[in-house]
Amino acid sequence: MATAPTSEAVTAGTGTPPPGGKTRASVNIPRIVLYVILGLFCIYYLLPLYVMLSNSLKPLNEITSGGMMALPSDWTLAAWRSAWSEAQVGVAATGLKPYFANSFFMVIPAVAIATLLGALNGYVLTKWRFRGDTILFGLILFGCFIPFQIVLIPMARALGFLNISGTVSGLIFVHVIYGVSFSTLYFRNYYAAFPTELVRAAQIDGAGFFTIFYRILLPNSGPIAVVCVIWLFTNIWNDFLFGASFSDFDSQPMTVALNNLVQSSTGVKEYNVHFAGAIMAALPTLFVYIVAGRFFVRGLMTGSVKG
Amino acid sequence: MGFLDIDNVTKSYGAVKVLNETEISVEEGEFLVLVGPSGCGKSTLLNMIAGLEDVTSGDISINGRRVNDVKPAERNIAMVFQSYALYPNMTVRGNISFGMEMHGVPKAEREEKIAKVADLLQITNLLDRKPGQLSGGQRQRVAMGRALTRDPDVFLFDEPLSNLDAKLRVDMRTEIKKLHQKLGTTIVYVTHDQIEALTLSTRIAVMFGGNVQQLGTPQEIYDNPANMFVAGFMGSPAMNLLPARLERVNGAMCAVLKVGDGSTITVPFPRAEDLTEGADIVLGIRPEAMTDPEGADRDSNALTETELPIDVVEPAGSDTYVTVALGGKDAIGRFRAHNPAKAGQPARFTFDMAKAVAFDPETETRLA
Ligand SMILES: Nc1ncnc2c1ncn2[C@@H]1O[C@H](COP(=O)(O)OP(=O)(O)OP(=O)(O)O)[C@@H](O)[C@H]1O
Ligand SMILES: [Mg+2]
Repeated sequence: MATAPTSEAVTAGTGTPPPGGKTRASVNIPRIVLYVILGLFCIYYLLPLYVMLSNSLKPLNEITSGGMMALPSDWTLAAWRSAWSEAQVGVAATGLKPYFANSFFMVIPAVAIATLLGALNGYVLTKWRFRGDTILFGLILFGCFIPFQIVLIPMARALGFLNISGTVSGLIFVHVIYGVSFSTLYFRNYYAAFPTELVRAAQIDGAGFFTIFYRILLPNSGPIAVVCVIWLFTNIWNDFLFGASFSDFDSQPMTVALNNLVQSSTGVKEYNVHFAGAIMAALPTLFVYIVAGRFFVRGLMTGSVKG
Repeated sequence: MGFLDIDNVTKSYGAVKVLNETEISVEEGEFLVLVGPSGCGKSTLLNMIAGLEDVTSGDISINGRRVNDVKPAERNIAMVFQSYALYPNMTVRGNISFGMEMHGVPKAEREEKIAKVADLLQITNLLDRKPGQLSGGQRQRVAMGRALTRDPDVFLFDEPLSNLDAKLRVDMRTEIKKLHQKLGTTIVYVTHDQIEALTLSTRIAVMFGGNVQQLGTPQEIYDNPANMFVAGFMGSPAMNLLPARLERVNGAMCAVLKVGDGSTITVPFPRAEDLTEGADIVLGIRPEAMTDPEGADRDSNALTETELPIDVVEPAGSDTYVTVALGGKDAIGRFRAHNPAKAGQPARFTFDMAKAVAFDPETETRLA
């Protein structure tokens, strides 16, 4: 990629052929190779998506008769309908619908609370420094590196003690605790670059601790909030371990339900339904990426370069 | 007891003492400038007056009230920051009204105040813009507008002009001075620019290394600097500080200076009359007291004319600066513009010794 544009620029800039007497045609060969390779990679990455999509739109017999790669000859949404509201998930034939809702009831409060707490932590750790604040930040950061498996049993005890085991609230609690480490890291680094003079000006203007936070800091936190929300949403939505460990039948998140759907062996494996269910489970994160994604890179840059 | 009293105030960060015992008393309506090089503790002192930093020891009182433990918002002060510190998410109007909103001023009154201040600072047409859409000078005005709505007891300025280009800086300087004359509010103003200090202030505190080196009117500071640091810091080009010896010639006290070629010159120095004969001193003489004979101040009673070889000639528009070697240093004299002086040739100088001062080379304090 580096060679082609450079030599082109030389040609355009000076009007002389590139050194070595190369002609444009010979310069273009690496470029063609490049595009071919890029194209192959593209197909390679998109292939699973193609397989999932096309098979979810086929009747089951088309798949079992050996046509995994072919486009559907008989287009149908039956598999989607089934995955959504009819298929056998665990013991009940409810489809994924109720678990989809569970996931939303879990992910939205968890993301909101973890993001807000992270922002508040970041604000205190950068603008209201106190003795031992760096040590505290270090400890919070440590939370990012604790493997999930280690906390399973203590967490189960804690949830039981708080009387929220097996509920969506319990899952929210667990995810907030893990999420706060990351959101604190993000916001602390972002706010470290946030001009302290603004906080001082607001203090002189008479704003208190929380007024400064939500009138001055928060409105200027857009990019990092987007990064944080995308990160937390994807992680919490996709989490399987906590969902499988801490939920009951009526509080299972989407990921666990999807697994149950695939595992429920009542006769034949309905691959088309499984494919449809899997796409459904991935859609919300895809949606968040597409809507917020263009801020994502920008937000990461602001956080890292300035902080 | 003044209007703003800084009484024996110190500041330490842990074991590091950044401000030593400081004693400043400001009268109502005064324009006090804190000036000094980077890191000398100016902002620290200002922030302590504002309440943004705690004092380590000592007292600060404003308008007769001890404010050590009073929150910034309740000290009845307003502050303009170096970076202007405008809230980027609010419009100019929002920025100006935020403080009043926080103090519970009713909306109608806020609008009225905003209109008045905007009119005063000529920013009415900018009220609905965000700070990001303003030029540096406009931002500066908005920052001042925000401070003005408060009708404070004391205005605090922390290098408000240092982010502006040279021309705008001069314009805004004049505007700040006008504003002070119009409002008559007490101002404490931090800068590291000695010209700003001299032009704006009614009094100057020159700071260095966490100490106030001298506190006085611009005239006192300029004419009679307390020590060599103040002498070198205030004035541009700086005061020449030239090693010399005191000798009595024909009964009159004279300063004897080495010239570049090894000879010496002897200039009568009446101000040093009370100093010890034979003492080594540092002679402090400003460029405008080393002039071409026609440019000398004819009212002075201590003019001496002499001839010196010139090393460098620097025309600067309104004046021409000439450099000569004196006392082993490069001394700068100020000649009138279009002067025939040439580098490498001798020229006639007039020393105005009434304006010269003498420092102790050891303690660096002024002797006469
Ligand atoms: N939080 C802090 N911890 C330790 N030392 C500090 C702290 N804040 C300031 N200092 C030190 O205090 C001294 C005075 O700082 P101050 O900001 O008052 O300087 P200043 O005169 O305003 O300089 P400038 O012209 O660069 O703004 C400096 O030496 C600085 O390093
Ligand atoms: Mg400063």
